[in-house]
Amino acid sequence: MKIVGLSGSIVGSKTKTAMLVFEKTLRAKYPDAEWTLIDLADYNVQFSDGRNYLEYEGDTAFVAKALMDADTIVIGTPIFQASLPATLKNIFDLLPINAFRDKVISFFVTAGSSKHYLVAEQQLKPILAYMKAQIVQTYVFIEDQDYVKKEIVNDDVFLRMERLVEDTVNLTATYELIRKQQEDQYDF
Amino acid sequence: MEKYRIDRSKGIEFGLYTLGDHIPNPETMERISAKQRLDEIIELAKLAEEFGLDVFSVGESHQKYFATQAHSVVLSAIAQATKHIKLTSSSTIISTSDPVRVYEDFSTIDLISNGRVEIVAGRASRVGLFELLGYDLKDYEGLFEEKFELLKLINENKIVNWEGEYRAPLKNAEVLPRPLHNTLPLWRAVGGAPGSAIRAGRQGVPMMLATLGGPSSNFKIAVDAYRKSLSDSGFDPAEFPVATTGLFFTDKDSQVAMRQAYPGVNLGLQLVNGHGFSKQHFAQAQDVRDALMVGSPQQIIEKILYQYELFGHQRYMAQMDFGGVPFPLLVKNLELIASEILPAIRKYTKQ
Repeated sequence: MKIVGLSGSIVGSKTKTAMLVFEKTLRAKYPDAEWTLIDLADYNVQFSDGRNYLEYEGDTAFVAKALMDADTIVIGTPIFQASLPATLKNIFDLLPINAFRDKVISFFVTAGSSKHYLVAEQQLKPILAYMKAQIVQTYVFIEDQDYVKKEIVNDDVFLRMERLVEDTVNLTATYELIRKQQEDQYDF
Repeated sequence: MEKYRIDRSKGIEFGLYTLGDHIPNPETMERISAKQRLDEIIELAKLAEEFGLDVFSVGESHQKYFATQAHSVVLSAIAQATKHIKLTSSSTIISTSDPVRVYEDFSTIDLISNGRVEIVAGRASRVGLFELLGYDLKDYEGLFEEKFELLKLINENKIVNWEGEYRAPLKNAEVLPRPLHNTLPLWRAVGGAPGSAIRAGRQGVPMMLATLGGPSSNFKIAVDAYRKSLSDSGFDPAEFPVATTGLFFTDKDSQVAMRQAYPGVNLGLQLVNGHGFSKQHFAQAQDVRDALMVGSPQQIIEKILYQYELFGHQRYMAQMDFGGVPFPLLVKNLELIASEILPAIRKYTKQ
């Protein structure tokens, strides 16, 4: 199971911090899972110009290919101006329309305010669904008040993150089974 | 239709097209040499002629896993090796070529072939060739529209006076040699979306429409839009042929056809586009309404006739060599096309 963690912003630390909690929990519970962390802050990704993802170069090619090769993607994203960060939207724009077919995608949100609660529901999920992802429906919503000195301090976040890890791995395994069952019907 | 050398009394034309892909055999993962691939394409064209197919075409693709970048050179070799079959491109990327040179090449091949050549001009679904050949991707749309217009102008006029944005002007230019019958059938390659089909209609040129997958009825939108655009622009749609293209594979046993076709198509798309073909979608090829031409000869016949009802098209171009298909299997396909498919579709579509 190839899991890629995608931290969707190039500024701030909260999303990365939460992603490391996801990583730690995953490694403890599922040591066999193959984990790759892509923090967009570490890469210089160009804006999408509509070409096939194989035709990009450098960091852009690396990030696009890593996502396309993944079985499962965990997205961590802040909310900017009541919407997704442009850096994250750009990642979706770089990929083909059916890029997430046969992939499981889960996510968590780090937001400055509770007013952003439905942004992921209304803006992220439709994109993932359009790109054919199998979405883990329940996500973790983390607020500014859950952090102190760049560390998460709310127990609920840890417990919910643990459940997100389980749901992500379980849905990946289940979906793989469903797909196999479907494809076993074909004689080709 | 005569202008485009389509004889409707013979029924719908059936042709083969290759993009000259050079992909490993999906079973062995070994790749034949580029030389062998080219030899086999020329051989396939000869066999297509022997088996009575109407058209053979070669496309250019300037990326990894392809071998016919110089597609006009390959067509020239085929022109020399054959006698009757029509030859065309599928397609010539006019955006990144000089229309004058393209016309010189194709009218030369036309003379060598004794008047059997056509041009299908397209604008590339991939963009790597812009950098390779020294063009700016920002001009993607402008390059295509301008150069297509210039190619059309050269085709229709012995003496050309022209000025544009992307090429030096032509003053009383005579592009030589002229083809055997003075002009070549010039088609526009169109993807699934209606926008490009509408522009083809506005230009008053025949349309070759790619139908890669999904329900055939989806492509009817483009065909209808094309014909409406023709008449809106003062042309008579009855005078302009429509061709469709798509993936093709047949075997006496439809399950064998699926088994032999899927691994190559999946691997080919994986290597070329970075994304394979969903098995679930591929399985739907069994349905007559799905555009993918994979199945027994009887299924293929039903599908072509179903599409003929929908589109009323004049030519179908099959891509059966995509994805490292071994040559003997291609010959087997040709045998079934000749013995079962051609007689049936011609019988039902001749007028």
